[in-house]
Amino acid sequence: MLWEVDIHPAASQADRAAERLIASARAAGYSENLQAATARSFLVQGEHLGEAELQRICDQLLCDRVVEQAVFAPVGDDRLVATPERLTGDATLVQVLPKPGVMDPVALSAETAIADLGVERPLVRTLNKYWLTGVDAATAQSISDRLLANDAIEQAVLGPLSVDHLDAGGAYEFKLQHVQISGLDDAALMRLSKEGQLYLQLAEMQTIQRYFADLGREPTDIELETLAQTWSEHCSHKTLAGRIAYRDENGERTFDNMLKETIFAATLALRERWGDDDWCVSIFKDNAGIVRFDDEDNIAFKVETHNHPSALEPYGGANTGLGGVIRDTLGTGLGAKPVCSTDVFCFAPPTADAADLPPGVLHPRRVMQGVVEGVRDYGNRMGIPTVNGAVYFDERYLGNPLVYCGNAGIIPRDKSFKEPLPGDLAVAIGGRTGRDGIHGATFSSAELTSESEDLSGGAVQIGNAIEEKRVLDVLLQARDRGLYTAVTDCGAGGFSSAVGEMGEEIGAEVWLEKAPLKYDGLSYTEIWISEAQERMVFSVPEEKLEEFQSLCGSEGVEAIVIGRYTPTGNLLLKYGDEVVGELPMSLLHDGRPPVVRQASYTPAPIEPLNPPDKADYTDDLLKILGSLNVASKEWVIRQYDHEVQGGSVVKPLVGVKSDGPGDAAVVRPKLASRRGMVISCGMNPRYGDLDTGRMAASAIDEAVRNCVAVGADPTRIAVLDNFCWGDCEKPETLGSLVRAAITCHDLSLELETPFVSGKDSLNNEFSYESDGQKQTIAIPPSLLISAMGQVADVESCVTMDLKQAGNALYLIGDTRDELGGSHFALVNNLTGGAAPNVNGLAARETFLAMHRAISGGLVRSCHDLSEGGLAAAAAEMAFAGELGAQIDLSSVPFAGPGDTVATRLFSETNTRFLCEVAPENEAAFTVALGGRAAKVGVVTEDPKLTIESPGGAVVSAPLDQLKAAWKSPLAW
Amino acid sequence: MTAPNVLVLRSPGANCDVESAYAFELAGAKTESIHIRRLLENPSLVDDFQILCLPGGFSYGDDVSAGRVLGNEVRLHLADACNRFKEAGKLVLGICNGFQVLMKTGLLDVDDDQGPLATLTLNDSGHFEARWVRMAVEPGECVFLQGLSDIELPVAHAEGKFVARDQAVFDQLASAGRLVLRYTAADGSSPAGYPANPNGAMGDVAGVCDSTGRVFGLMPHPERFVEHTQHPRWTRGGIDGGVGLKVFENAVGYFR
Repeated sequence: MLWEVDIHPAASQADRAAERLIASARAAGYSENLQAATARSFLVQGEHLGEAELQRICDQLLCDRVVEQAVFAPVGDDRLVATPERLTGDATLVQVLPKPGVMDPVALSAETAIADLGVERPLVRTLNKYWLTGVDAATAQSISDRLLANDAIEQAVLGPLSVDHLDAGGAYEFKLQHVQISGLDDAALMRLSKEGQLYLQLAEMQTIQRYFADLGREPTDIELETLAQTWSEHCSHKTLAGRIAYRDENGERTFDNMLKETIFAATLALRERWGDDDWCVSIFKDNAGIVRFDDEDNIAFKVETHNHPSALEPYGGANTGLGGVIRDTLGTGLGAKPVCSTDVFCFAPPTADAADLPPGVLHPRRVMQGVVEGVRDYGNRMGIPTVNGAVYFDERYLGNPLVYCGNAGIIPRDKSFKEPLPGDLAVAIGGRTGRDGIHGATFSSAELTSESEDLSGGAVQIGNAIEEKRVLDVLLQARDRGLYTAVTDCGAGGFSSAVGEMGEEIGAEVWLEKAPLKYDGLSYTEIWISEAQERMVFSVPEEKLEEFQSLCGSEGVEAIVIGRYTPTGNLLLKYGDEVVGELPMSLLHDGRPPVVRQASYTPAPIEPLNPPDKADYTDDLLKILGSLNVASKEWVIRQYDHEVQGGSVVKPLVGVKSDGPGDAAVVRPKLASRRGMVISCGMNPRYGDLDTGRMAASAIDEAVRNCVAVGADPTRIAVLDNFCWGDCEKPETLGSLVRAAITCHDLSLELETPFVSGKDSLNNEFSYESDGQKQTIAIPPSLLISAMGQVADVESCVTMDLKQAGNALYLIGDTRDELGGSHFALVNNLTGGAAPNVNGLAARETFLAMHRAISGGLVRSCHDLSEGGLAAAAAEMAFAGELGAQIDLSSVPFAGPGDTVATRLFSETNTRFLCEVAPENEAAFTVALGGRAAKVGVVTEDPKLTIESPGGAVVSAPLDQLKAAWKSPLAW
Repeated sequence: MTAPNVLVLRSPGANCDVESAYAFELAGAKTESIHIRRLLENPSLVDDFQILCLPGGFSYGDDVSAGRVLGNEVRLHLADACNRFKEAGKLVLGICNGFQVLMKTGLLDVDDDQGPLATLTLNDSGHFEARWVRMAVEPGECVFLQGLSDIELPVAHAEGKFVARDQAVFDQLASAGRLVLRYTAADGSSPAGYPANPNGAMGDVAGVCDSTGRVFGLMPHPERFVEHTQHPRWTRGGIDGGVGLKVFENAVGYFR
């Protein structure tokens, strides 16, 4: 019997979901006449399920009778379609359900809870219902498409439902599939690559063709898929870790492995330089980079991207993006405990007009809302605080939003390395395998097009955070009991990459029929490459298996043996007694043909940027504070739990009213210790339009100075790189990336700041047809630098809000004419100019001096200077602290040509801080800074910011006005 | 009497168990974290403890509604053990999700023969929000709040809006001294208004105790303010220690 239960708000309660729908529909330009009513509903199927049982399920589980009322009936009953009484007029009913096979966590929990009420084997699916009045059916369809349902994972039904059962999947009949590759010419090989969603390049297809020709047979489908997964850009980073011939104004350079010879090389050189004082532990080899924390523990940090899935389904993409990077932490060494997360997003401006969007593009406002909700729902449920982040806006992120998810964890020093042993069993734990997420790894190597949604719906998933939380809980216990020798997460490529990676040095035999499935009907290949979430693979010695399985079972986690690490050097895939694939590990991991890619970089000639000469720049400051990149992200931040686990020291929002922009977050990973972990980031895609080298330098400097500004020790800051770029088959695009990587190498050595891990996402281009022409939007080069610092005693940390009238304001660091790519240029529509550069050796000395002053207790508040320069920093410090500031521009140390009022106010020169110092500490502070500090102003009681120049005040505004400009744009 | 034993109840999705146990230990208790599955197998395990703590988190993902699935497990399978616990004069503390669970167990005395008297439902904002709030404390009989008159703590929830079945029920709970914790404006005045009342709770209610004062549930997180560096304005000075610790000290002190 199939029932439907509709949960409506009680008569006394407002229909809040309907209110929100109406508001967003009006914002999207729909009729003012639109009215709506909503219900959240459950389809419940069970043998012999009667009305009395349904009533009990409603009363005890599904309906909160204080604020809700339930309507239930067999599916198809008129009562389920009837317009609720609270709505008048003829309504169109829109019902939105997850597509079959899409993760529905609420349904899973409801099934368990209904069974707990004594119902045998219930099946549940959830749906949402919307009755719309005041619009015609065509408009209702449009609202459904644009606001209610996402075709990638959901189906919308206008009118009554016609489902009669919920069972998914059918029986699977085994049949071994071979794929003909012999005799194919180049064009046919490429067709096979594209149509089979392998996304391999010609040389790779030719290598595979030759390998099987030598064996005298055709590959099986699973062999071809395994090669495609392992050789995918996502899993192997073949572009950046490959051969590149690079040319720029300094000459030519060839790389055998570009990343290894730039970013990794710098870290290796630093470790050698440090000798016995080396504090790096595990670099660029595990799922996350690991560095030393204290005598007992190390800390690990990783940032991943999940761009392509988030473009198609923002909620699910971001949700599983965060879930995935948390599994990276769990799969580092023998398992690190996740301590905090960081999330950075790039979107097109949410103010875009819906009519201007190319086909296949979701509205950026919807993308932003979905992404934030996805991160929120996963992170909060996991109980991992999201403590840091940033949001950047640029039109070029329209088809390709960027979603960077990061996670840091803590791990005992003696658990920081793993090594599976020959003979160990391969044990999969966590979620079951389904058809979700097939081809995610290879899909991420493809360019998105307006048809991507149809082609790759299977690559989009919804996470189930509670399944992952269960995995986390048992993993840490099993680790401490020593029940396994290695662990890794199932990320892109699913079992194929997890087992393949762990067995790389040994060999492995996999019994695919043993994998637990969500539903019947999966082929052996689907099981092997499914990217179903919340799964991890362990290597467990046979004698520990029973204890391992019993521990997992005690907390409701399935742990199933799916294979064994056999010392054959081969990957042997079986389904029952049948061998379905056999490949040497050496072919998988070292068999990819070397391809030399061309890269070239020509720096844009520096065009002069002539700032307008004004008597008053207050309006410029207000516009900068109100620009989307600078404006308050409180709407985002407040939706994340940033204090769970109890370690919060410096929160993302600081100041009197907890609404000022903190520079970096500080957390204590160990509640009984005063030692802190500091998380920050740096990024500025606008500089990359002028020079990607300077962009990289600025991002590193910004990440590090944000850490230093709250009190981190600059000699213990580790950084991560995340390159999100366009199509790197284009030499100039790849060249702009190599340019940035070379800068990362150079600056890392000068700052003595090691890169410890990284990840790249290439091919972030979106193409569509317009007037019969192919149009392509490439994202701007987007290098995110994430920093993880440390502070010996969190008691010495400072925040950016002004503390006390009468204190002095000091500016640290010279200002130069670096308005290129600045926010002053943005709000004035100016082009040209030089992007900010970094003098690495001088910056290191400045950071060390700043740390001497802060750790010595000489600084009351400190803020880094970034977008909007001195004027923006001073304004933020003042309104966060609810104290005025008076600044004398003529005291600002200026270096080089281009000295104007505008450059002094708004130049975005790196390595600068604005500090508040109490009068009694001024002398000691000046000494600590060794001549780098210039006294530029004073903190006042009067709640206004005044910046004086010899001709008079050039900025003058009450704090309320500055704060309102900063808070209003994204106060959703 | 020696230090009381605290049972911190773990469940799939509970995620404030570690810091809640830490807060009890700072207050001088001994703690043990036990998974709900152990308890369902052997309900009499609770008899070894004096304090039961239901920590914050998202038990079973808060799927269907916050705390519902775990609340049902306790009500359906652990009612005897819990009632025995309560009648023995022991203490029960539910924080955030633990409060949401408590509301659905029957232990908070918020049911009559017509069903629940009150509930915790979706915030007026429609989504999860994390922020610090100030509250007025009227401890009455509530063991956990003795000696407190106002307190600042963080909230972090999506379903924390207290709603009574009707005004009469609300008045009855209020006059019985059960609505012991109320949100106030930043200056301590009432009514709080959004966002000082972060969820739209009726009567600014943030915490409720049972008729004995020994069972207490609250939406804010006292375990997140047990030392001064957890306060959002500690760098501005004037914060001495974590006031939330007092909630745990009161519970421990009750057995001394």
